[in-house]
Amino acid sequence: MSDAVVTSAKSSDAPLSRLQLALRKPGFLIGAVIIGFSTLLALFPSFFAPYDPNFIDYLAVRQPPSWAHPFGTDMLGRDALSRVIHAYTVNMQMAILATVFALTIGVTIGALVGYYRGVADMIFGRVVDAIITFPFLVLVIAVVAVLGPGLIKMYIAITLVGWVYYARLMRAEVIAQMGNDYASAGIVMGYSDRRIIFRHLLPNAITPVIVYWMTDMALAILLGSSLGYLGLGAQPPHAEWGVLIAEGRNFITTAWWLSLMPGIAIVITGLGFSLIGDGLADLLRPRG
Amino acid sequence: MTDHPILEVENLCTTFSRGGTDLPAVRDVSFALCKGQVQGLVGESGSGKSVTLRSILGLARHYGEVRGSVRWQGQELTTMSERQLRKIRGREIAMIFQEPMTSLNPLLTVGTQLTETLKAHTDLGRRARRDRAIEMLDHVGIPAAASRLGEYPHQFSGGMRQRVMIAIALAASPKLLLADEPTTALDVTIQAQILDLILKLADEMSMGVVLVTHDLGVVAQTCDTVSVMYAGRVVEQGDVRQVLQTPRHPYTEGLMRSVPQDVPPRTQLYSVPGTPPSLFSLPEGCAFAPRCQAAGPACQTARPTLQDIAPGRQTACFHPLPATQEDAA
Amino acid sequence: MTQTVMKIDDLHLSFPVSRSLLDVVQRRPGKSVNALNGVSLELQQGETLGVVGESGCGKSTLARCIVRLYEPTSGQIHFDEQNIFGAAARKDRSYNRRVQMMFQDPYSSLNPRMTTGDILAEALRVHQMRPEAEIAPRVAELLDLVRLPQDAAEKLPHEFSGGQRQRIAIARALAVEPEVLIADELVSALDVSVQAQVVNLLLELQQRLHLTILFVAHDLRLVRHVSNRVAVIYLGRIVEIGDSETLFSAPSHPYSQALLSAAPSLDPDDKGAAIQLEGELPSPLNVPPGCPFHVRCRHVTAQCRTVIPALRALEGRGEVACHHAEEINQHA
Repeated sequence: MSDAVVTSAKSSDAPLSRLQLALRKPGFLIGAVIIGFSTLLALFPSFFAPYDPNFIDYLAVRQPPSWAHPFGTDMLGRDALSRVIHAYTVNMQMAILATVFALTIGVTIGALVGYYRGVADMIFGRVVDAIITFPFLVLVIAVVAVLGPGLIKMYIAITLVGWVYYARLMRAEVIAQMGNDYASAGIVMGYSDRRIIFRHLLPNAITPVIVYWMTDMALAILLGSSLGYLGLGAQPPHAEWGVLIAEGRNFITTAWWLSLMPGIAIVITGLGFSLIGDGLADLLRPRG
Repeated sequence: MTDHPILEVENLCTTFSRGGTDLPAVRDVSFALCKGQVQGLVGESGSGKSVTLRSILGLARHYGEVRGSVRWQGQELTTMSERQLRKIRGREIAMIFQEPMTSLNPLLTVGTQLTETLKAHTDLGRRARRDRAIEMLDHVGIPAAASRLGEYPHQFSGGMRQRVMIAIALAASPKLLLADEPTTALDVTIQAQILDLILKLADEMSMGVVLVTHDLGVVAQTCDTVSVMYAGRVVEQGDVRQVLQTPRHPYTEGLMRSVPQDVPPRTQLYSVPGTPPSLFSLPEGCAFAPRCQAAGPACQTARPTLQDIAPGRQTACFHPLPATQEDAA
Repeated sequence: MTQTVMKIDDLHLSFPVSRSLLDVVQRRPGKSVNALNGVSLELQQGETLGVVGESGCGKSTLARCIVRLYEPTSGQIHFDEQNIFGAAARKDRSYNRRVQMMFQDPYSSLNPRMTTGDILAEALRVHQMRPEAEIAPRVAELLDLVRLPQDAAEKLPHEFSGGQRQRIAIARALAVEPEVLIADELVSALDVSVQAQVVNLLLELQQRLHLTILFVAHDLRLVRHVSNRVAVIYLGRIVEIGDSETLFSAPSHPYSQALLSAAPSLDPDDKGAAIQLEGELPSPLNVPPGCPFHVRCRHVTAQCRTVIPALRALEGRGEVACHHAEEINQHA
């Protein structure tokens, strides 16, 4: 048989794994370091914080930054650095909890309407149009207004609005993947719809959703802090960046560090998520 | 056909670099083309045939390094500046591509695209340009040419778009046409029309044509001379009749015999084992050796060069197939 | 040998074209692309039926209807005495096992995130072709069948060349031990030297496994080589069908004649007398009345412009859909 010799195409000409390649990019590396350290702070705040965040010292109120108190102290004499560090727990939790349910619901609904189209897709289109017309924050505030303030209720509110963005992205990506013959091949092979959607289409369609998720975590922190600032999210004396900024607001001319430091924490963490998102886009793309 | 060649390509080498590795896309390609002749470049994907064509007109410079020499009517093109090249492109040497939809601007009317070419390359006035545009469309067989000047590319069918492309390419009466798989995207009945058109126009305008294709039937029906390429190199070239009827290189023979023509139906076809090599990992000796049944020990270590085996006929093989009587005739 | 396995009866399929707002306001009727305009075919046990035609003629649509990727507007397909679009047949997964399809594009027909081994094992598991313990050996057997090396099982699709991917696609189809294979432009995307390898494999497997094959392609030489019978499709209709050798050596329909003569010969001395067709394939949005081919036909008469010719048997030839088949072929 003349075609008996079949050599498989060369594949291992790239000695570096994709993770190694991604880490070579300075952006992804910086992002990974920021989020890695933020996670450590969130998990073990007491280990890093020099003081008890709730220890009140009336003899040292609103002190400017010094060696003893690098971020100064607040109006109750609590150490601002310790409070910013302890806030990592709440704020990083926000990044996860405010997005992960929206992600799950959105991916599932998006994949289903993208696969089946038809009437469900038309209804979905209307719902999306209706929700997207309003600015995100306004809609979340409206929902919180109905449910009442508090962290859990804030998560519910953000999920109720946020899933739409994931679903829209997922739907478009599933429709694009349906154009590939491997989806048709699945149908021809007699595979169940569930298998085709979740085992074949979803792993190929999820990359942009994961990338968006990273950005959304940054947005979730921002949104959570905004609601905290407005008094609709985390409640004092909880240490939360939005709450901290709100507490420092009245002293902005005399004790500016109280609002500035948590603000910087928000910016750095947000930047970390965005940088990781950028790198992930390359990391998750299938080869070939 | 005994004119001086208008185009002489000598030892053309084009190298791409990908992620730190140099890829030898084209190596030591040489051929000459006379006025009114059609030269074919045939090979499979990755053989370097399209890159060779792009290197002639300086298009490969943007993504690779080009060495060797391309002489166009005595002028050296490889060392010419972009500015000088621009004067030659379109006016003296024109090019058409495989996919007419992506090479036409979708936002401009066909008439605008035609007259723009004329404006750039001729001294014709406004009125004369329009007349010439209609004449060209008419010439390439587009019915109701005058009324179609105002239409956009998407309003034309695939075959008609390729005709428009040809009209634009030939508007300034070039002396050489470079055609990169001009009929691959078209159906056979349309392919026949387009090839006939190109041949007819080349004849009328005594224009040389370099035709890149993977289809041996197209080569047989249109070319005077042909170069068969494999892994960036020419493995065999010469008069099209000789090369296709009595191939001397095992690869050319393999290609010819892989096409089911004049073989008993539903029998096993002759097939070349294996797949073409990746440019990332070319074998040390002859690139075809791993797939070649005639390969000996020398083929694994040394690379055969293109040798004259008959007047105007060259092959790069240590063990060329025997010449038959037809070849001698 | 002449047992009918599949009977396709008067298949029609039109895709509606979305109307613009202007169309709706002006109450213009919705347009539709008529991809199939009454195709009837019978597939015989163990044969290869070639289907040829130009792009947009409906040959791929037909293939996709057969495997139920498209729902026909009207018409029926009977397989094993059962209408495959009937309610009972729809619930029955076995049709999808017994009739398999292979696709044109080797780069999109395999899930890029699954290894060859996973792709084959999945097919075996879903249809419970083998008990769990025998799955790995069966995957090895399938790789062997399509002549891929054993280490292919652990590799992802991007690590293979186009020809090797088509072998994987063939192995996936054969995993479920089908009776009918639909090959939609199986080798069109491959290089010539690799095409022959895949065609050889297909012919050999057909003999060994007694497969019935519908071979859809635009390459006439390949279709001639692999087929027992051939159907020529033009604008969603069969214009000629018959024994492969008879049809290729003496085509009866003017369109078949033009199509065959347009294929460039490999012999530079055989410039052939290509029958030049006027114009191009009309848009399937506006299929001309009467014979669909009349706008390009040299032998057109008034009758052709109004009456659709039916497929009828021609003496010594196959079946032809042409009013003037007799006169045309007398001169030939």
